[in-house]
Amino acid sequence: MFQAILNGTIIPMDSNVLLQVKNLNIKFNSNQIIKDLNLSVNQGDVLAIVGPNGAGKSVLFRALLGLIPYSGKIEWTENLKISYVPQKFAIDRELPLSSKEFLSFKKKGEKEIIDVLLSVGIGAEHKNDPAHRLRHITDHVLKQRLGWLSGGQLQRVLIAWALLDNPDVLLFDEPTSGIDVGGEETIYGMLKKLHSERNLTMLLISHDLNIVYKYANNVLCLNKEMICYGSPATALDSSALIKLYGSETGFYRHENHHH
Amino acid sequence: MDNSLLLQLITGSIIGLGAGYVGSFMVLRRMSLVGDALSHVALPGIALALLFNLNPFFGAFVALFFAIFGIWILEKKTELPSETLVGVFFTSSLALGLLLTPEPELLEALFGDITQITKLDLAITFIAVTTIFLIMRKISNNLMLSIISKELAQALKIPVNKINFIFLFLVAVVVVLGLKIVGTLLMGALVIIPAAAAKNASVNLSQYTRLAILFGALSAVGGLLLARYSGITPGPTIVLTAGVIFLGTLVFKK
Repeated sequence: MFQAILNGTIIPMDSNVLLQVKNLNIKFNSNQIIKDLNLSVNQGDVLAIVGPNGAGKSVLFRALLGLIPYSGKIEWTENLKISYVPQKFAIDRELPLSSKEFLSFKKKGEKEIIDVLLSVGIGAEHKNDPAHRLRHITDHVLKQRLGWLSGGQLQRVLIAWALLDNPDVLLFDEPTSGIDVGGEETIYGMLKKLHSERNLTMLLISHDLNIVYKYANNVLCLNKEMICYGSPATALDSSALIKLYGSETGFYRHENHHH
Repeated sequence: MDNSLLLQLITGSIIGLGAGYVGSFMVLRRMSLVGDALSHVALPGIALALLFNLNPFFGAFVALFFAIFGIWILEKKTELPSETLVGVFFTSSLALGLLLTPEPELLEALFGDITQITKLDLAITFIAVTTIFLIMRKISNNLMLSIISKELAQALKIPVNKINFIFLFLVAVVVVLGLKIVGTLLMGALVIIPAAAAKNASVNLSQYTRLAILFGALSAVGGLLLARYSGITPGPTIVLTAGVIFLGTLVFKK
């Protein structure tokens, strides 16, 4: 599962590698956004990417998706389905678009849409009454304007959107705001469940180190260049945190979570 | 009802349908002001065509093409259309057009002249609007997706820039079609107001576009009838009818 890092080169320990990134450099005009990044992701990994604002995390995702120019190598295994949940997704409350229409852009039938909404935990508050839950989904989510959904609901609908293609890999760029703490916890719980049910490989950009300790098996600390890389328990040591955020304060290790 | 009025009503309502459909996405792209001012650009095109003895609609189309090309380039470079720049440029071109247009043709260019409509105009309008509908149906989902999130659209390998260009091209076509009935001053309003009214009253996209199309046609028909029986020029009555519809939909605002 894990890789050894020797002098900055990565030696895969097994052949289940889905993604290899070698000497990745990204520049906007003369600004170096990402410098000499090496990285590999295996089938079934949950890789968390952490770093301060402007560290190049979202830019890294865009490069991985092939949306922006870069130098170096980004190699995905062939025929992978990669889905993406972007960070910035502000929907105007007035936008005349129902959730159903949004999800139907993926050209899937109503049954598939409802199934995926169930699996991302929409209407979970009615889980003891399936008929009520179904009515809740059709009347209060699918027929609703997308912009009227709460932050947490919208996030789930977005994840549902990403899952409709049955992806092999999910790239999830966590929003900095919009999900309340309680909701956030369950969204990650739900992602973890999807990870094991669907054998989904996940790359998560997270702003919360607790989430990283709890759900990721690998972490990449990024601040334009790689600061640390490895399992969260060993990679996120105090020197890495100081290098990353300038201080250790505010970020506590959850010693009670074991992996 | 005489034949000329019937011809006007049919042609006008077809233009209203096209304007409503295209306009619904102009409003979603937050291009209300840009769309409104866009039609002004047609005037210097008309003027130059008249000076060089060319078809004025050809001149208008060329001018509008340059304008939408400019918007397209701006959108590619910055995320949002640069409202100020577009506003300044478009209104200046109206001023330039006013100076260049020969006096006898000025009033017609500004407000349109539907009494001169022929069966050939109807045929051209019908073919053009049918084409607009077919293309809009094809691109509307991807257009909508690129409006809500450009990143999401690009991640699905949707050619966002190409679709935006096609869409803006359709806007230019519908504005040219409307010049004859509404004129350069007000055609932008016929694109924007029906869609703005539809937005008040709808929850989903299909309802919204259908209402915008319907309101576009209603504005044209209502305005033309009003103009005929009151003796006023149709351009302003069409836009005022659209305005009244907009006020009416405020009641249903969701």
